[in-house]
Parts: sequence; structure tokens; C-alpha cells
Amino acid sequence: MNVISTHIGQPVSRIDGVAKVTGQAKYAAEAHPPGMLYGVVVNSPIARGRIETIHDAEARQVPGVIEVMTHLNRPHAALFEKSYMDGLGVPGVPYRPLHDGEIHFNGQPVAVVLAETFEAAREAAMVVRVDYERWPHNADFEVALHQKYMPSKTRSNYVPPKPRGDAAAAYALSAVKIEGRYHLAPEHHNPMEMHATTAIVEDDGTFTVWDKTQGPQAVQAYLASALSLSKDQVRVRNPYVGGAFGSGLRAVYNVFLATLTAEMLKRAVRVTLTRSQMFTHAFRPEAVMDIALGASRDGTLQSMIVKGVTDTSRFEHNIENIVIWGLINYKCPNATADYKVAPRDTYTSSDMRAPGAATGVNLLEMAIDEMAYACSMDPLAFRLHNYSDIDAMHDMPLTSKALRDAMAQGAQHFGWHDRSMMPGSMRDGRELIGWGMATGIWDAMFSPTSARARLGQDGRLHIATAASDIGTGTYTILAQTAAEAFGMPLDRIDVELGDSTLPECPTEGGSWTAASAGAAVWLACLSLRRKLIDMLARSENAPPWVKQDTVTLEGGILHDMTENGPVSLSLPDALSLAGYDALEAEETAKPGLRGKISQMRKARFTHSAVFCEVRVDPELDTVRVTRLLNAVAAGRIMNPKTAASQIRGAMVMATGMALHEESLMDERVGRFMNHNFAEYHIPAHADIPDMDVLFVNEHDDEVSPLGVKGIGEIGMCGTAAAIANAIFHATGRRYRNLPIMPGA
Amino acid sequence: MTRESVAVPCHLQINGQDYSADLPPSVTLLDLLRERLDLTGTKKGCDHGQCGACTVLVDGKRVKSCLILAVSIPDATVTTIEGIAQDGRLHPMQQAFIDADAFQCGYCTPGQIMSAIALLEESHVHSRAEIREFMSGNLCRCGAYNGIIDAIERVVSQQHRNQAGEAA
Repeated sequence: MNVISTHIGQPVSRIDGVAKVTGQAKYAAEAHPPGMLYGVVVNSPIARGRIETIHDAEARQVPGVIEVMTHLNRPHAALFEKSYMDGLGVPGVPYRPLHDGEIHFNGQPVAVVLAETFEAAREAAMVVRVDYERWPHNADFEVALHQKYMPSKTRSNYVPPKPRGDAAAAYALSAVKIEGRYHLAPEHHNPMEMHATTAIVEDDGTFTVWDKTQGPQAVQAYLASALSLSKDQVRVRNPYVGGAFGSGLRAVYNVFLATLTAEMLKRAVRVTLTRSQMFTHAFRPEAVMDIALGASRDGTLQSMIVKGVTDTSRFEHNIENIVIWGLINYKCPNATADYKVAPRDTYTSSDMRAPGAATGVNLLEMAIDEMAYACSMDPLAFRLHNYSDIDAMHDMPLTSKALRDAMAQGAQHFGWHDRSMMPGSMRDGRELIGWGMATGIWDAMFSPTSARARLGQDGRLHIATAASDIGTGTYTILAQTAAEAFGMPLDRIDVELGDSTLPECPTEGGSWTAASAGAAVWLACLSLRRKLIDMLARSENAPPWVKQDTVTLEGGILHDMTENGPVSLSLPDALSLAGYDALEAEETAKPGLRGKISQMRKARFTHSAVFCEVRVDPELDTVRVTRLLNAVAAGRIMNPKTAASQIRGAMVMATGMALHEESLMDERVGRFMNHNFAEYHIPAHADIPDMDVLFVNEHDDEVSPLGVKGIGEIGMCGTAAAIANAIFHATGRRYRNLPIMPGA
Repeated sequence: MTRESVAVPCHLQINGQDYSADLPPSVTLLDLLRERLDLTGTKKGCDHGQCGACTVLVDGKRVKSCLILAVSIPDATVTTIEGIAQDGRLHPMQQAFIDADAFQCGYCTPGQIMSAIALLEESHVHSRAEIREFMSGNLCRCGAYNGIIDAIERVVSQQHRNQAGEAA
């Protein structure tokens, strides 16, 4: 698709901005239906066992309490495990909330207290007592590593590592070798909005469910299946989502419990998790990667051996692509990788921003830096020396890879060439300065998506798709796409998202929404434009100059050039003349035959080069990130303003990964113990310097219909490694565990 | 007798309007705003005073409304995000947040804006480093920190221009 851009690619401010800065944007816990009850969840303090007795008498005496729902008195829900499978679920047996008295993980809901006020529900929840029969559990990752296995059934997005050459032999013969175990602590997504649901029972008995999710249609399907309802009985809405980063990919227990209790009591119910309860579901798995690299003395990689393990629950097999990235991104004749999962008695780990790559790319890029130093080579030069122009693992060409440009432009803007190689050699007063870099890679994905465009008598263009804007800028870029495709001013376009009744759109995630929903909106607008002119041309009332091949639509007005000069027609007039109150078109963007062939023949990735400066106080061992620059090659950038925010935001989260974030397991009880913002530190204002983002020019018509690759995850990939590598450069000390806490 | 059966008189002025009701003493200012007055612009991000999403102005000072019991501030003047736009015109800080792309998901945004407005009153705006330090009670998981500092600086320089204009 060739596009001459007047709207796409412009740094437009968010169209949902006014709603967000005035507090008018309504999130999941902000609908207030009459008669609504508040549900507060009681969680298990043990990791494995069985509920013996539930003492709820005291809770029921709290004025305002209506019900205490447990597995003993809940209404009917689906019996079979498979009914609880959600769209992005992983192989295994999904957890079924309040299904029976068995406890599978610490933090598992055991009761929901429902009351007329939040205060009453909270007070009563504190006095629900539960007796448990305790069974032995293991929540220790080191112990779980001894039970690691490869699930027989994998997730559909799993990419098995493909070995090449003889990595073991080549490693043995390599002149320069490094070998080590790299580790990433578990992390929790911690979006600012806590997961919440407001479930409303409508007069006709159907449910309207406001939920914090990344996929309203996935939650609709899950609720229908788990509560034995038909899909048209459940409408899920999420027009505004207060961040998610993957925590809203799967249905969280609050949505099931709110809807189930609403059904039971025939009243609206709101269940909001506490911040502490945000540590009882999704988290990024803990990971170890054993990496061995061999090179010849001139810095040519000869062997790469990567073995990775991530944790999963005892009941589901969460699988991540952590070991493949080096094999794909580096030219190295001998390479092999192995991946397994380690089970422990916790909730199932899950996808968090750049799942797999955030772990695998960052840990590998720390090892690459070590190897560069072992070869006495500048880390940037080492990467260029071993650069691959193809997907080296599948021996497949790429639709594009402007990583060389990203490295060159990033290095130039950062001033990399002024760096001195020797660790500890750059100082400012008493502070040690370190400069580090790394590269990043993430999939560029495209999924079939539908969208609707509707032109109304008010002359406004209404765009609708069941996508979710979790802060990603989707409202804005879809409006820009529609403006471009239809020929309409941006301020006459409305975008409606976050509603399961809208045209089909996959769950938001994996950086595929811009490419996929963008293409769908593009097609729908072109289709509507054709339809409008067609209908008009056929109408007896229309002016004679309206013909499909000569008329243009610009600035929301139909134009043509006739012998007597230019003529024009407003859109409301055009609709009236054609005899319609409104016209609409719905289209589905799919890869198509050409796209499918391309997907088989070519690999597609987004790339980045990250540069970092840290300052380390040599006496106190405190680390401050003082500069961060990310040069990104991500195909067409729909909106450089919102796109840069996406990259910066991911770099902030990666700074947390490098320096702050660690969910600490108390193995004795099987619970993440630092379950609040005081003890689980996410980067604050004072932790974050001014960050630079460059988008390098990368024209790629093949990767997706609009040439878009997506930018939600790439900022995570490589950034934590660049920080770690900068710390080495400052201090001469290698840290192989993230987060790095030199003073601790 | 449980706490819930007690009700205590509560008088406040919220966004210029008088509010009076008998409330259980356990109702926080945040829950009063969100659950009883439908002023949901003020957000709950932790309920522990750790994230700043619930920041409002009480008698002109920024406070975390989740840590204040509504009945404990008799006759106080409360300003929330819903109360800062005037005559349908955005407050300069609101406009600056849009212009500087100082948010993504928007959930921490009302708290950041209220905090930023108070920051200017406190005059902790002499450098980006100082702004960062004094805004660190407001977390943003989307990582819009650079944009927030930009937005605040825009408003500060606007004010300086306005003051210079008045002086001239």
C-alpha cells in the first residue's frame, strides 16, 4: 500500500487527551450502576492444601454485608477445566476460581465478601477465618530447577530453537571463551490501575461487564464459557485501561468473581483488587540462562550455547521464547539452544512487556558485552563484526533490518566514539562514569483484524474496532489512519474501542495492534469512500461530476475539476443526495496470499540499538542512569510523538528491570513478600533522566499492509543490558543477575 | 458495635460546592470522592499512600487522599482534577500535559497534574532535577516521566512570561 502521508506520521497529540487530563475517562472501576455491591476478595495464606472450614459468621454480622461467597455456596459455573481456557491461556489446566476447596497457590481467592459499601466489605473480609489442611509445597526456584521439563504441548507462539553446526566442538576449539549463568528476578506488571471489574445485570438479564483487560472479546468468550452463558448475554467494555503491560492478557479472577456474584445476587457488583492482590496473579517468570560463547581472536563468534529455564505453576505450562534471540540476530556458524520450564506451587507466570525477549535479549546482550571485552573489542564494533543480515537461526531473509543504521545513528548522537575502552577510566570528580550499549530485537507481527467505518449525517466519520488502548496511543493512530484513508480532517473523526460488540480484533499485545488494527481501519475507510461515491454516482439527484475515477475526497469535502471550474460537495449533502442517513463499511485485514507467502519466506523483526551512561558513586556503590538513548528501526512510525513515549516508557520499565524490580519469594509460605510499591520499587521521577529516542528510516512494504512493525515492546529489549554493560564500564565489575544492586 | 454502624458528621467544600453528610469514620477522602460522589477523576492506585494517583489539594496543599479519613478534615476545601478547568477551559497544566504527551494510559495523570499544580505553588521548580525530586511521590508505570517534567517546565516558563508581561 503506497500512502502519501498528510496525517500518518504526524506528531499529533492524543485524541483521548482531554478525557484523561480532566478525569472524565472512565476506567473499569468507575461505572456506578444503582444498587451496586462491593466485593472484596479473601485470599489463601497457604500455597497448597485444602480448605477445611470457613468461618464467616462474624463477617456476616458486619452491617451492610449481603453475602460471603465461597466454593460451598457459589452458583453453578462450568464444571470442565477446558471451559476456563482463555484466548491467550497456556497449555495445562486453567485455574478455576472458587471451584472447590483445593488450594493451588498462595493468594488464591477463597471467598468474596459482598456488601452495600466498600468499607463494610473490607471490614468483613478481614474477619473471614479459614482453616486449612496444609500440604507440602515448593516455591523455591532453585529447587524447581531440578524438576525442569519441556511440556509436550507448547504455546502456539513458541519458536523451538534450531541448532546449526557443532556448537560444542566449536566452543572447545575457540581461542576466546566466556561462560556464565545469568539470572532475572521475577517481576510484577504493576499497572497503576489495579485490576477491577464492575459487572452489571441489565433488565433483560444480560451482563455488561466493565473490566480491566487487553482483550474485551477474549474476556467475553471466557465468561460465556466459564459461566455457561451465550456470548450475546455478555458484553465486555474497556474503553480506558490504566496500563496493563500483559497483566490483562488473560482473564484475572476479579472478572469471574464479580460476574458470578452479580449473577447470584442479581445486582451489580464491583470487585477491585488491592495493590497487594496485584501480586497474586500474573508476573514475569524468574529465569536463568546458561550462556557459553566462543570466538576467534579477531572477534568472530564461533559458537553460541544458550540454555534457559523459566518458572511456571504446577498446573499450567507457561512457555517463553528466551533462548532463540542470539541465534537469530548474530552470524555465528555454530549455535545451539535448549529451553525448559521449572514448576513451582505459585500462580502461573505470564507474559509481561516483551515476554521472552525482555529476558532473553537482555541477558544475552550482557554476555555479548563480556565477549567483546574478552576479545578486546569495542562492544559496538564487536556487534557490527558479527552482524547478521538474515534470520541466522532459520537461514531466512528478513523483510528489513535497519539495525546497522540504528547503531550508527545512535552511536553518533550519543557520542560513543569518545568512549575510552578501559573500565573505570572515565570519571567526573569522584563519580565513575560508564558507557554501555546493547541491541534489541522483537517480532513484527500482524493478526487478522476487522474494523468498521461509518459516515453520519453530522458529517463525522466514526471508526470502531474491539481493540484496546492501554496507553499505547491506539485511539490516536487509528484516527490518523482514517483521516489519511478517507480524506477527512482529524477533528471530524471519532474512534470507538474497548467493547466486545465491536468488529473483531485480537487481544492487544505483542506490538501487533498498530499494524493490524491500522490496516483494518485503512481498508474500511477506503471501502466506505468507494461506497459513498458509488451510491452518489448512481443517485439521480447527484451532480453529474460525481464519478468514481475523477472525484477526490479531501479535507472531508468531495471535489472535482470541471470545465467550469472546481466544484465541491459536503459529506452531509453527499449523503442526503445519495438518499442515506448514514453509510458504513466493515472490512477485515488479513495477510492474504502474498502476505502468507511472504511470512513463509521471510522473517520479520523490529530492531534497536540502546546507549546508556551511568554514574556510580565508588564509596556508596549507588548507580544513577544519567543518559539513555534508543535508536529504533521499526518500519513506518504512525505518530512520532506517541511512538517516542512508547519507547521511553519501555526504557523506564527496563531501568526498573536493570536496577530496581524484584519480586521476592518467601519460600516457606510460597508468597511474594514485597507486595506493595514501598518494597517493590518501580522507577520514580528521580530515577529517570532525559531520554532520547531516534526512529531510523526503514521502509518496509512487506512486513504489514501499512509498513508498520509495532513499537510497544522493543524499548524493553536491550535497554536493561545497556545499563548493566555501562555499570561494568564504570566499575569493572560484572553483574550477571538482574536487578543489579551493587551496594546491596 | 462495629465501626460501620457509627456515623460522624462531615462538612467539606469540594470543587466549590458544599458537601455535608454523616459518614462512617472509616471512609477515606479518596473513597468518598470516588464511590459516594462519583468524582472518579481521582484515582486509586495503591490505597497506601505510595503511588500518588489519589493526589488532591486540601486547603491548597497536595495530599494523598487515600491516607485521609474524610471526617478528619472538617470544613476543609478540597480541589480535585474535576475542579481545575475554568469555564470549560483547561487549566494550563492540563493543556501542557496534552501538548507534552505527559501520559499514556492516563491513570496516574490526575494525580500528577494535581501534584504539579501544588509544586508550582511550593516553588520547587528551579531545575529539572528539583522538579524530579519533588514529583517523585507520583509514580507512573507507563514511564511518561520525561513528558511530565516537560509539561511542568512549559507552565513555569508561561508563568514567567506572563509575569514579565505584567511587570512591563
